[in-house]
Amino acid sequence: MTDTIHSAENTVPVSTKKAAAANKLLAPLLDNLPAALAIVGCILLWQLIVWGFSVPTFMAPSPVEVLYAFKENAGILWTNLLPTLMEAALGFVFGNLVAVLLAVWFVYSPLAEKAFYPIAVIIKSIPIIALAPILVLLVGNGFAPKIIIAGLICFFPTLVNMVQGLKSTSPAMLDLMRVLSASNSEIFWKVRLPASLPFLFAALKIAATSSVMGAIVAEWIGSSFGLGALIIEATYNFRSPLLYATVVIAATLAVVLFFAVSIVEKKVIRWKPAAHD
Amino acid sequence: MIAMPITLKQNYAAPPTDGTPPAVSVSNLHIRFGNEGSEFTALQDVSMQIQEGALVTMLGPSGCGKSTLLRCIADLVHISDGSVSVLGQMPRKAREGRDFAFVFQDATLLPWRSAIENVRLPMEVGRRDSDTTFADPEQLLALVGLKGRENALPHELSGGQRQRVAIARALVTRPRILLMDEPFGALDEITRDKLNEELLRLWQETGTTILFVTHSIPEAVFLGQYVLMLASHPGRVKEFMKIDLPGPRTLAMRDTVEFIRITAQLRALLEQC
Repeated sequence: MTDTIHSAENTVPVSTKKAAAANKLLAPLLDNLPAALAIVGCILLWQLIVWGFSVPTFMAPSPVEVLYAFKENAGILWTNLLPTLMEAALGFVFGNLVAVLLAVWFVYSPLAEKAFYPIAVIIKSIPIIALAPILVLLVGNGFAPKIIIAGLICFFPTLVNMVQGLKSTSPAMLDLMRVLSASNSEIFWKVRLPASLPFLFAALKIAATSSVMGAIVAEWIGSSFGLGALIIEATYNFRSPLLYATVVIAATLAVVLFFAVSIVEKKVIRWKPAAHD
Repeated sequence: MIAMPITLKQNYAAPPTDGTPPAVSVSNLHIRFGNEGSEFTALQDVSMQIQEGALVTMLGPSGCGKSTLLRCIADLVHISDGSVSVLGQMPRKAREGRDFAFVFQDATLLPWRSAIENVRLPMEVGRRDSDTTFADPEQLLALVGLKGRENALPHELSGGQRQRVAIARALVTRPRILLMDEPFGALDEITRDKLNEELLRLWQETGTTILFVTHSIPEAVFLGQYVLMLASHPGRVKEFMKIDLPGPRTLAMRDTVEFIRITAQLRALLEQC
Protein backbone atom coordinates (compact mmCIF):
# COMPACT_ATOMS: atom_id res chain seq x y z
CA MET A 1 0.00 0.00 0.00
CA THR A 2 2.61 2.47 1.06
CA ASP A 3 4.78 1.38 -1.85
CA THR A 4 2.20 2.35 -4.42
CA ILE A 5 1.74 5.72 -2.78
CA HIS A 6 5.48 6.28 -2.83
CA SER A 7 5.81 5.33 -6.46
CA ALA A 8 2.92 7.59 -7.31
CA GLU A 9 4.63 10.42 -5.44
CA ASN A 10 7.83 9.76 -7.31
CA THR A 11 6.36 9.62 -10.76
CA VAL A 12 4.12 12.66 -10.52
CA PRO A 13 6.84 15.23 -9.90
CA VAL A 14 9.04 13.76 -12.65
CA SER A 15 6.32 14.00 -15.25
CA THR A 16 5.36 17.50 -14.17
CA LYS A 17 9.01 18.47 -14.23
CA LYS A 18 9.30 17.27 -17.81
CA ALA A 19 6.15 19.10 -18.73
CA ALA A 20 7.45 22.22 -17.05
CA ALA A 21 10.75 21.95 -18.91
CA ALA A 22 8.92 21.48 -22.20
CA ASN A 23 6.75 24.46 -21.34
CA LYS A 24 9.81 26.54 -20.58
CA LEU A 25 11.10 25.86 -24.08
CA LEU A 26 7.78 26.16 -25.85
CA ALA A 27 6.34 29.19 -24.07
CA PRO A 28 8.81 31.76 -25.47
CA LEU A 29 8.47 30.23 -28.93
CA LEU A 30 4.69 30.45 -28.80
CA ASP A 31 5.00 33.93 -27.33
CA ASN A 32 7.10 35.15 -30.25
CA LEU A 33 5.18 33.27 -32.91
CA PRO A 34 2.99 36.23 -34.01
CA ALA A 35 6.05 38.47 -34.41
CA ALA A 36 7.96 35.80 -36.37
CA LEU A 37 5.01 35.16 -38.66
CA ALA A 38 4.57 38.87 -39.29
CA ILE A 39 8.24 39.24 -40.24
CA VAL A 40 8.09 36.25 -42.58
CA GLY A 41 4.91 37.71 -44.09
CA CYS A 42 6.58 41.07 -44.74
CA ILE A 43 9.56 39.42 -46.44
CA LEU A 44 7.23 37.34 -48.64
CA LEU A 45 5.25 40.46 -49.55
CA TRP A 46 8.49 42.24 -50.46
CA GLN A 47 9.53 39.33 -52.69
CA LEU A 48 6.12 39.28 -54.37
CA ILE A 49 6.11 43.03 -55.04
CA VAL A 50 9.60 42.94 -56.58
CA TRP A 51 8.55 40.02 -58.79
CA GLY A 52 5.08 41.26 -59.62
CA PHE A 53 6.16 44.78 -60.66
CA SER A 54 9.50 43.67 -62.14
CA VAL A 55 11.39 46.19 -60.02
CA PRO A 56 14.99 46.53 -61.30
CA THR A 57 17.60 45.19 -58.87
CA PHE A 58 19.53 48.49 -58.53
CA MET A 59 16.31 50.18 -57.36
CA ALA A 60 15.21 47.50 -54.87
CA PRO A 61 16.64 44.00 -54.72
CA SER A 62 14.47 41.07 -53.75
CA PRO A 63 15.08 39.20 -50.48
CA VAL A 64 16.59 36.33 -52.45
CA GLU A 65 19.12 38.67 -54.09
CA VAL A 66 19.99 40.13 -50.67
CA LEU A 67 20.55 36.59 -49.42
CA TYR A 68 22.95 35.97 -52.32
CA ALA A 69 24.73 39.21 -51.51
CA PHE A 70 25.32 37.89 -47.98
CA LYS A 71 26.93 34.77 -49.40
CA GLU A 72 29.08 36.54 -51.99
CA ASN A 73 30.24 39.35 -49.70
CA ALA A 74 30.58 37.45 -46.44
CA GLY A 75 34.26 38.43 -46.14
CA ILE A 76 33.71 42.13 -46.87
CA LEU A 77 30.74 42.30 -44.50
CA TRP A 78 32.70 40.62 -41.70
CA THR A 79 35.82 42.81 -42.01
CA ASN A 80 33.65 45.92 -42.01
CA LEU A 81 31.45 44.75 -39.14
CA LEU A 82 34.35 44.45 -36.70
CA PRO A 83 35.46 48.12 -36.73
CA THR A 84 31.85 49.31 -36.41
CA LEU A 85 31.27 46.93 -33.49
CA MET A 86 34.43 48.18 -31.79
CA GLU A 87 33.53 51.86 -32.30
CA ALA A 88 29.97 51.32 -31.05
CA ALA A 89 31.12 49.32 -28.02
CA LEU A 90 33.87 51.78 -27.03
CA GLY A 91 31.56 54.74 -27.62
CA PHE A 92 28.92 53.01 -25.48
CA VAL A 93 31.37 52.43 -22.63
CA PHE A 94 32.93 55.90 -22.64
CA GLY A 95 29.76 57.86 -23.36
CA ASN A 96 27.86 56.16 -20.57
CA LEU A 97 30.76 56.29 -18.14
CA VAL A 98 31.12 60.04 -18.57
CA ALA A 99 27.34 60.48 -18.31
CA VAL A 100 27.13 58.47 -15.07
CA LEU A 101 30.06 60.31 -13.46
CA LEU A 102 28.64 63.67 -14.52
CA ALA A 103 25.21 62.68 -13.13
CA VAL A 104 26.78 61.85 -9.75
CA TRP A 105 28.53 65.23 -9.75
CA PHE A 106 25.29 67.04 -10.68
CA VAL A 107 23.34 65.33 -7.89
CA TYR A 108 25.87 66.33 -5.24
CA SER A 109 26.61 69.80 -6.63
CA PRO A 110 23.56 71.84 -7.66
CA LEU A 111 25.98 74.55 -8.85
CA ALA A 112 27.62 72.13 -11.29
CA GLU A 113 24.20 71.06 -12.53
CA LYS A 114 23.16 74.68 -13.07
CA ALA A 115 26.40 75.47 -14.89
CA PHE A 116 26.82 72.44 -17.13
CA TYR A 117 23.34 71.07 -17.78
CA PRO A 118 22.61 73.76 -20.40
CA ILE A 119 25.89 72.93 -22.17
CA ALA A 120 24.87 69.28 -22.28
CA VAL A 121 21.56 70.31 -23.85
CA ILE A 122 23.34 72.49 -26.44
CA ILE A 123 25.68 69.65 -27.42
CA LYS A 124 22.67 67.35 -27.63
CA SER A 125 20.87 69.74 -29.98
CA ILE A 126 23.72 69.88 -32.54
CA PRO A 127 22.81 67.37 -35.26
CA ILE A 128 25.22 64.44 -35.04
CA ILE A 129 25.69 64.43 -38.81
CA ALA A 130 26.91 68.04 -38.61
CA LEU A 131 29.25 67.20 -35.78
CA ALA A 132 31.02 64.43 -37.72
CA PRO A 133 33.01 66.65 -40.14
CA ILE A 134 34.00 68.93 -37.28
CA LEU A 135 35.40 66.00 -35.35
CA VAL A 136 37.23 64.67 -38.40
CA LEU A 137 38.96 68.06 -38.69
CA LEU A 138 39.75 68.02 -34.97
CA VAL A 139 40.94 64.48 -34.33
CA GLY A 140 41.65 63.04 -37.77
CA ASN A 141 40.07 60.29 -39.76
CA GLY A 142 40.81 57.22 -37.63
CA PHE A 143 38.72 55.51 -35.01
CA ALA A 144 38.63 58.53 -32.71
CA PRO A 145 35.83 60.58 -34.33
CA LYS A 146 33.63 57.47 -34.65
CA ILE A 147 34.06 56.51 -31.01
CA ILE A 148 33.43 60.10 -29.93
CA ILE A 149 30.21 60.32 -31.94
CA ALA A 150 28.97 56.92 -30.76
CA GLY A 151 29.74 58.08 -27.20
CA LEU A 152 28.05 61.46 -27.62
CA ILE A 153 24.87 59.84 -28.88
CA CYS A 154 24.77 57.61 -25.76
CA PHE A 155 25.71 60.39 -23.41
CA PHE A 156 22.59 62.51 -23.17
CA PRO A 157 19.83 59.98 -22.45
CA THR A 158 22.04 58.34 -19.83
CA LEU A 159 22.86 61.66 -18.18
CA VAL A 160 19.19 62.67 -17.92
CA ASN A 161 18.04 59.26 -16.66
CA MET A 162 20.89 58.83 -14.23
CA VAL A 163 20.29 62.24 -12.64
CA GLN A 164 16.63 61.33 -12.26
CA GLY A 165 17.52 57.89 -10.89
CA LEU A 166 19.95 59.22 -8.31
CA LYS A 167 17.31 61.72 -7.18
CA SER A 168 14.55 59.09 -7.04
CA THR A 169 15.22 58.12 -3.43
CA SER A 170 12.21 59.03 -1.29
CA PRO A 171 12.59 61.70 1.42
CA ALA A 172 11.46 59.11 3.99
CA MET A 173 14.31 56.81 2.97
CA LEU A 174 16.78 59.69 3.40
CA ASP A 175 15.23 60.45 6.81
CA LEU A 176 15.78 56.83 7.79
CA MET A 177 19.44 57.00 6.75
CA ARG A 178 19.82 60.20 8.77
CA VAL A 179 18.30 58.59 11.86
CA LEU A 180 20.82 55.78 11.35
CA SER A 181 23.57 58.46 11.20
CA ALA A 182 24.69 57.11 7.81
CA SER A 183 27.46 59.01 6.04
CA ASN A 184 26.99 60.52 2.59
CA SER A 185 29.02 57.78 0.95
CA GLU A 186 26.98 55.10 2.72
CA ILE A 187 23.80 56.75 1.48
CA PHE A 188 25.25 56.83 -2.05
CA TRP A 189 26.40 53.20 -2.21
CA LYS A 190 23.58 51.62 -0.23
CA VAL A 191 20.60 53.68 -1.34
CA ARG A 192 21.04 56.18 -4.17
CA LEU A 193 23.10 54.08 -6.58
CA PRO A 194 21.04 50.86 -6.38
CA ALA A 195 17.84 52.92 -6.65
CA SER A 196 19.13 54.50 -9.86
CA LEU A 197 19.85 51.20 -11.62
CA PRO A 198 16.42 50.76 -13.26
CA PHE A 199 16.72 54.30 -14.65
CA LEU A 200 20.27 53.61 -15.83
CA PHE A 201 19.31 50.43 -17.66
CA ALA A 202 16.38 52.12 -19.38
CA ALA A 203 18.93 54.57 -20.82
CA LEU A 204 21.53 51.89 -21.59
CA LYS A 205 19.01 50.03 -23.74
CA ILE A 206 18.45 53.17 -25.80
CA ALA A 207 22.21 53.76 -25.91
CA ALA A 208 22.91 50.21 -27.11
CA THR A 209 21.05 50.76 -30.36
CA SER A 210 21.94 54.40 -30.89
CA SER A 211 25.67 53.77 -30.40
CA VAL A 212 25.61 51.62 -33.58
CA MET A 213 23.80 54.41 -35.39
CA GLY A 214 26.38 56.93 -34.18
CA ALA A 215 29.29 54.78 -35.37
CA ILE A 216 27.71 54.29 -38.83
CA VAL A 217 26.88 57.96 -39.31
CA ALA A 218 30.46 58.85 -38.35
CA GLU A 219 31.79 56.37 -40.93
CA TRP A 220 29.87 58.18 -43.68
CA ILE A 221 32.28 61.10 -43.52
CA GLY A 222 35.40 60.17 -45.48
CA SER A 223 35.98 56.79 -43.95
CA SER A 224 37.37 53.76 -45.71
CA PHE A 225 36.24 51.10 -43.27
CA GLY A 226 33.17 50.05 -41.30
CA LEU A 227 29.56 49.34 -42.14
CA GLY A 228 28.93 53.07 -42.71
CA ALA A 229 31.66 53.28 -45.35
CA LEU A 230 30.34 50.11 -46.96
CA ILE A 231 26.85 51.63 -47.17
CA ILE A 232 28.22 54.70 -48.98
CA GLU A 233 30.35 52.59 -51.33
CA ALA A 234 27.53 50.16 -52.18
CA THR A 235 25.17 53.09 -52.87
CA TYR A 236 27.60 54.88 -55.22
CA ASN A 237 28.26 51.65 -57.14
CA PHE A 238 24.58 50.72 -57.38
CA ARG A 239 25.30 47.47 -55.57
CA SER A 240 21.86 47.47 -53.98
CA PRO A 241 21.86 43.86 -52.72
CA LEU A 242 25.12 44.57 -50.84
CA LEU A 243 23.65 47.82 -49.49
CA TYR A 244 20.61 45.97 -48.15
CA ALA A 245 22.76 43.20 -46.69
CA THR A 246 24.86 45.82 -44.89
CA VAL A 247 21.76 47.49 -43.49
CA VAL A 248 20.52 44.11 -42.22
CA ILE A 249 23.90 43.45 -40.55
CA ALA A 250 23.84 46.91 -38.93
CA ALA A 251 20.32 46.38 -37.61
CA THR A 252 21.23 42.92 -36.31
CA LEU A 253 24.25 44.38 -34.51
CA ALA A 254 22.02 46.95 -32.79
CA VAL A 255 19.49 44.30 -31.79
CA VAL A 256 22.21 42.01 -30.42
CA LEU A 257 23.65 44.84 -28.30
CA PHE A 258 20.14 45.70 -27.08
CA PHE A 259 19.52 42.14 -25.95
CA ALA A 260 22.96 41.92 -24.35
CA VAL A 261 22.06 44.93 -22.18
CA SER A 262 18.63 43.43 -21.45
CA ILE A 263 20.19 40.18 -20.24
CA VAL A 264 22.55 42.05 -17.91
CA GLU A 265 19.60 44.09 -16.66
CA LYS A 266 17.63 40.94 -15.82
CA LYS A 267 20.63 39.58 -13.90
CA VAL A 268 21.22 42.79 -11.98
CA ILE A 269 17.66 43.92 -11.21
CA ARG A 270 15.66 41.12 -9.65
CA TRP A 271 13.47 43.44 -7.63
CA LYS A 272 10.49 45.61 -8.38
CA PRO A 273 10.33 49.27 -7.37
CA ALA A 274 8.91 49.80 -3.89
CA ALA A 275 5.16 49.38 -3.87
CA HIS A 276 3.80 52.10 -1.65
CA ASP A 277 1.23 50.71 0.72
CA MET B 1 17.85 82.32 29.87
CA ILE B 2 16.92 78.82 30.79
CA ALA B 3 13.18 78.36 30.87
CA MET B 4 11.81 76.26 33.65
CA PRO B 5 9.82 73.23 32.53
CA ILE B 6 6.21 74.11 32.92
CA THR B 7 3.83 71.49 34.14
CA LEU B 8 0.52 72.27 32.52
CA LYS B 9 -1.55 69.53 34.06
CA GLN B 10 -1.22 67.63 37.26
CA ASN B 11 -1.62 64.36 35.43
CA TYR B 12 1.61 64.86 33.51
CA ALA B 13 3.90 61.85 33.60
CA ALA B 14 5.64 62.39 36.90
CA PRO B 15 9.39 62.95 36.72
CA PRO B 16 11.31 59.90 37.91
CA THR B 17 12.21 60.01 41.57
CA ASP B 18 15.57 58.21 41.39
CA GLY B 19 17.32 61.02 39.53
CA THR B 20 17.70 59.26 36.17
CA PRO B 21 16.80 61.54 33.28
CA PRO B 22 13.42 60.99 31.60
CA ALA B 23 13.36 59.23 28.22
CA VAL B 24 12.22 62.39 26.52
CA SER B 25 12.05 65.85 27.96
CA VAL B 26 10.77 68.79 25.94
CA SER B 27 10.68 72.28 27.36
CA ASN B 28 9.32 75.46 25.84
CA LEU B 29 9.90 74.11 22.38
CA HIS B 30 9.17 76.38 19.41
CA ILE B 31 9.41 75.21 15.83
CA ARG B 32 9.11 77.73 13.03
CA PHE B 33 9.41 76.95 9.33
CA GLY B 34 10.03 79.29 6.41
CA ASN B 35 11.90 82.56 6.05
CA GLU B 36 11.40 85.92 7.69
CA GLY B 37 8.09 87.35 6.61
CA SER B 38 6.51 84.09 5.55
CA GLU B 39 7.11 82.28 8.80
CA PHE B 40 4.91 79.46 9.94
CA THR B 41 4.79 78.35 13.57
CA ALA B 42 4.46 74.56 13.70
CA LEU B 43 4.90 74.21 17.45
CA GLN B 44 4.57 76.83 20.12
CA ASP B 45 5.83 76.51 23.66
CA VAL B 46 5.53 72.75 23.93
CA SER B 47 6.66 71.18 27.19
CA MET B 48 6.31 67.57 28.25
CA GLN B 49 8.17 64.70 29.81
CA ILE B 50 8.06 61.01 29.09
CA GLN B 51 9.38 58.49 31.59
CA GLU B 52 11.49 55.57 30.49
CA GLY B 53 9.43 52.51 29.74
CA ALA B 54 6.21 54.43 29.02
CA LEU B 55 4.05 53.99 25.97
CA VAL B 56 2.72 57.39 25.00
CA THR B 57 0.44 57.95 22.03
CA MET B 58 0.20 61.35 20.36
CA LEU B 59 -3.13 62.51 19.03
CA GLY B 60 -4.31 65.71 17.43
CA PRO B 61 -6.00 67.25 14.40
CA SER B 62 -4.02 67.13 11.17
CA GLY B 63 -1.47 69.89 10.96
CA CYS B 64 -1.09 70.16 14.73
CA GLY B 65 2.57 69.23 14.56
CA LYS B 66 2.54 65.73 16.06
CA SER B 67 4.90 64.47 13.40
CA THR B 68 7.02 67.58 13.72
CA LEU B 69 7.39 67.02 17.46
CA LEU B 70 8.39 63.41 16.87
CA ARG B 71 10.86 64.39 14.14
CA CYS B 72 12.27 67.03 16.46
CA ILE B 73 13.02 64.38 19.08
CA ALA B 74 14.62 62.29 16.31
CA ASP B 75 16.90 65.18 15.26
CA LEU B 76 15.21 65.43 11.85
CA VAL B 77 13.89 68.97 12.40
CA HIS B 78 15.84 72.04 13.44
CA ILE B 79 14.79 73.42 16.83
CA SER B 80 13.96 77.14 16.65
CA ASP B 81 13.72 77.76 20.36
CA GLY B 82 13.55 75.81 23.61
CA SER B 83 15.13 72.46 24.25
CA VAL B 84 14.67 68.78 23.68
CA SER B 85 16.58 66.17 25.59
CA VAL B 86 16.58 62.46 24.92
CA LEU B 87 17.82 60.37 27.86
CA GLY B 88 19.48 63.51 29.16
CA GLN B 89 21.36 64.27 25.93
CA MET B 90 20.94 66.47 22.88
CA PRO B 91 18.89 64.71 20.17
CA ARG B 92 21.96 64.60 17.90
CA LYS B 93 23.99 62.74 20.52
CA ALA B 94 21.12 60.34 21.13
CA ARG B 95 20.85 59.72 17.39
CA GLU B 96 24.56 59.04 17.04
CA GLY B 97 24.44 56.76 20.06
CA ARG B 98 21.53 54.84 18.52
CA ASP B 99 19.41 55.49 21.61
CA PHE B 100 16.25 55.69 19.55
CA ALA B 101 14.87 54.18 16.39
CA PHE B 102 12.24 55.59 14.05
CA VAL B 103 9.41 53.81 12.26
CA PHE B 104 7.83 55.73 9.39
CA GLN B 105 4.32 55.53 7.95
CA ASP B 106 5.82 54.01 4.83
CA ALA B 107 7.89 50.92 5.58
CA THR B 108 10.83 52.54 3.68
CA LEU B 109 12.44 49.19 2.91
CA LEU B 110 15.14 48.95 0.27
CA PRO B 111 13.34 47.06 -2.51
CA TRP B 112 16.47 45.19 -3.67
CA ARG B 113 17.17 43.78 -0.22
CA SER B 114 15.44 40.76 1.28
CA ALA B 115 13.57 41.11 4.58
CA ILE B 116 16.56 40.00 6.64
CA GLU B 117 18.98 42.20 4.68
CA ASN B 118 16.71 45.16 5.37
CA VAL B 119 16.77 44.35 9.08
CA ARG B 120 20.59 44.27 8.89
CA LEU B 121 20.84 47.74 7.30
CA PRO B 122 21.38 49.59 10.62
CA MET B 123 24.29 47.21 11.36
CA GLU B 124 26.06 48.29 8.16
CA VAL B 125 25.87 52.08 8.34
CA GLY B 126 26.65 54.89 10.73
CA ARG B 127 29.29 55.02 13.40
CA ARG B 128 29.91 51.59 14.85
CA ASP B 129 31.91 51.19 18.00
CA SER B 130 33.51 47.86 18.62
CA ASP B 131 31.40 47.29 21.70
CA THR B 132 28.11 47.88 19.89
CA THR B 133 25.89 44.88 20.22
CA PHE B 134 23.01 44.21 17.91
CA ALA B 135 19.97 42.04 18.30
CA ASP B 136 19.86 38.92 16.15
CA PRO B 137 18.00 39.83 12.91
CA GLU B 138 16.67 36.32 12.53
CA GLN B 139 15.19 36.32 16.03
CA LEU B 140 13.69 39.76 15.44
CA LEU B 141 11.93 38.61 12.29
CA ALA B 142 10.57 35.67 14.25
CA LEU B 143 9.47 38.10 16.98
CA VAL B 144 7.41 40.11 14.49
CA GLY B 145 5.92 36.93 13.04
CA LEU B 146 7.95 36.64 9.84
CA LYS B 147 9.79 33.41 10.48
CA GLY B 148 10.35 31.68 7.17
CA ARG B 149 10.04 34.90 5.13
CA GLU B 150 13.61 36.07 5.76
CA ASN B 151 14.61 35.93 2.11
CA ALA B 152 11.44 37.46 0.66
CA LEU B 153 11.89 40.72 -1.23
CA PRO B 154 9.68 43.65 -0.15
CA HIS B 155 7.46 43.41 -3.24
CA GLU B 156 6.69 39.82 -2.29
CA LEU B 157 5.38 40.92 1.13
CA SER B 158 2.03 42.49 2.05
CA GLY B 159 1.80 46.02 3.44
CA GLY B 160 1.47 44.69 6.98
CA GLN B 161 4.42 42.35 6.57
CA ARG B 162 6.56 45.18 5.20
CA GLN B 163 5.75 47.25 8.26
CA ARG B 164 6.70 44.30 10.49
CA VAL B 165 10.08 44.20 8.76
CA ALA B 166 10.43 47.93 9.43
CA ILE B 167 9.72 47.35 13.12
CA ALA B 168 12.26 44.51 13.26
CA ARG B 169 14.80 46.81 11.59
CA ALA B 170 14.09 49.48 14.21
CA LEU B 171 14.71 46.99 17.03
CA VAL B 172 18.00 45.63 15.70
CA THR B 173 20.03 48.42 17.33
CA ARG B 174 18.38 47.64 20.70
CA PRO B 175 17.02 51.20 21.01
CA ARG B 176 15.77 52.41 24.36
CA ILE B 177 13.18 54.57 22.66
CA LEU B 178 10.99 53.75 19.67
CA LEU B 179 9.55 56.71 17.79
CA MET B 180 6.65 55.70 15.55
CA ASP B 181 5.03 58.11 13.09
CA GLU B 182 1.61 56.69 12.17
CA PRO B 183 3.25 53.35 11.43
CA PHE B 184 -0.04 51.55 10.80
CA GLY B 185 -1.90 54.49 9.25
CA ALA B 186 -1.85 53.06 5.73
CA LEU B 187 -2.90 49.54 6.69
CA ASP B 188 -6.36 48.02 6.65
CA GLU B 189 -8.20 47.80 9.96
CA ILE B 190 -7.77 44.05 10.51
CA THR B 191 -4.02 44.18 9.93
CA ARG B 192 -3.80 47.29 12.07
CA ASP B 193 -5.63 45.61 14.99
CA LYS B 194 -3.29 42.66 14.85
CA LEU B 195 -0.18 44.83 14.72
CA ASN B 196 -1.50 46.95 17.60
CA GLU B 197 -1.86 43.85 19.76
CA GLU B 198 1.62 42.68 18.82
CA LEU B 199 3.14 46.08 19.48
CA LEU B 200 1.68 45.99 23.01
CA ARG B 201 3.16 42.54 23.55
CA LEU B 202 6.51 43.73 22.21
CA TRP B 203 6.45 46.72 24.53
CA GLN B 204 5.72 44.54 27.54
CA GLU B 205 8.48 42.09 26.62
CA THR B 206 11.21 44.62 25.81
CA GLY B 207 10.36 47.52 28.11
CA THR B 208 11.20 49.96 25.31
CA THR B 209 9.85 53.48 25.66
CA ILE B 210 7.44 54.08 22.78
CA LEU B 211 6.20 57.39 21.42
CA PHE B 212 3.47 56.64 18.90
CA VAL B 213 1.80 59.21 16.63
CA THR B 214 -1.65 58.31 15.34
CA HIS B 215 -4.79 59.95 14.01
CA SER B 216 -7.05 57.22 15.36
CA ILE B 217 -8.62 57.81 18.76
CA PRO B 218 -9.30 54.10 19.48
CA GLU B 219 -5.71 53.24 18.53
CA ALA B 220 -4.39 55.95 20.82
CA VAL B 221 -6.49 54.73 23.74
CA PHE B 222 -5.86 51.05 23.12
CA LEU B 223 -2.08 51.42 22.97
CA GLY B 224 -1.33 54.35 25.22
CA GLN B 225 -0.54 54.41 28.89
CA TYR B 226 -0.73 58.11 28.29
CA VAL B 227 -2.26 60.12 25.48
CA LEU B 228 -0.57 63.39 24.59
CA MET B 229 -3.05 65.54 22.73
CA LEU B 230 -1.90 68.49 20.66
CA ALA B 231 -4.03 71.38 19.41
CA SER B 232 -3.39 73.14 16.11
CA HIS B 233 -2.81 76.71 14.88
CA PRO B 234 -0.30 76.88 16.39
CA GLY B 235 0.65 73.37 17.52
CA ARG B 236 0.65 73.20 21.31
CA VAL B 237 -0.03 70.72 24.12
CA LYS B 238 -3.72 70.41 24.84
CA GLU B 239 -3.78 67.54 27.29
CA PHE B 240 -1.53 64.84 28.70
CA MET B 241 -3.90 62.18 29.91
CA LYS B 242 -3.28 58.92 31.72
CA ILE B 243 -5.37 56.10 30.31
CA ASP B 244 -6.70 54.07 33.22
CA LEU B 245 -7.48 50.77 31.66
CA PRO B 246 -6.61 47.51 33.37
CA GLY B 247 -3.97 45.32 31.76
CA PRO B 248 -3.40 43.17 29.86
CA ARG B 249 -5.25 44.96 27.13
CA THR B 250 -7.08 42.91 24.56
CA LEU B 251 -8.88 43.89 21.39
CA ALA B 252 -12.18 42.90 23.00
CA MET B 253 -11.59 45.62 25.57
CA ARG B 254 -12.45 48.19 22.93
CA ASP B 255 -16.10 47.25 23.27
CA THR B 256 -16.24 47.90 27.03
CA VAL B 257 -18.09 50.88 28.46
CA GLU B 258 -14.92 52.20 30.06
CA PHE B 259 -13.02 52.20 26.75
CA ILE B 260 -15.86 53.93 24.94
CA ARG B 261 -16.14 56.51 27.72
CA ILE B 262 -12.48 57.40 27.33
CA THR B 263 -12.64 57.62 23.53
CA ALA B 264 -15.74 59.83 23.81
CA GLN B 265 -13.90 62.09 26.24
CA LEU B 266 -10.93 62.37 23.90
CA ARG B 267 -13.18 63.01 20.91
CA ALA B 268 -14.84 65.87 22.76
CA LEU B 269 -11.40 67.27 23.60
CA LEU B 270 -10.25 66.88 20.01
CA GLU B 271 -13.18 68.95 18.81
CA GLN B 272 -11.95 71.89 20.88
CA CYS B 273 -8.49 71.68 19.34
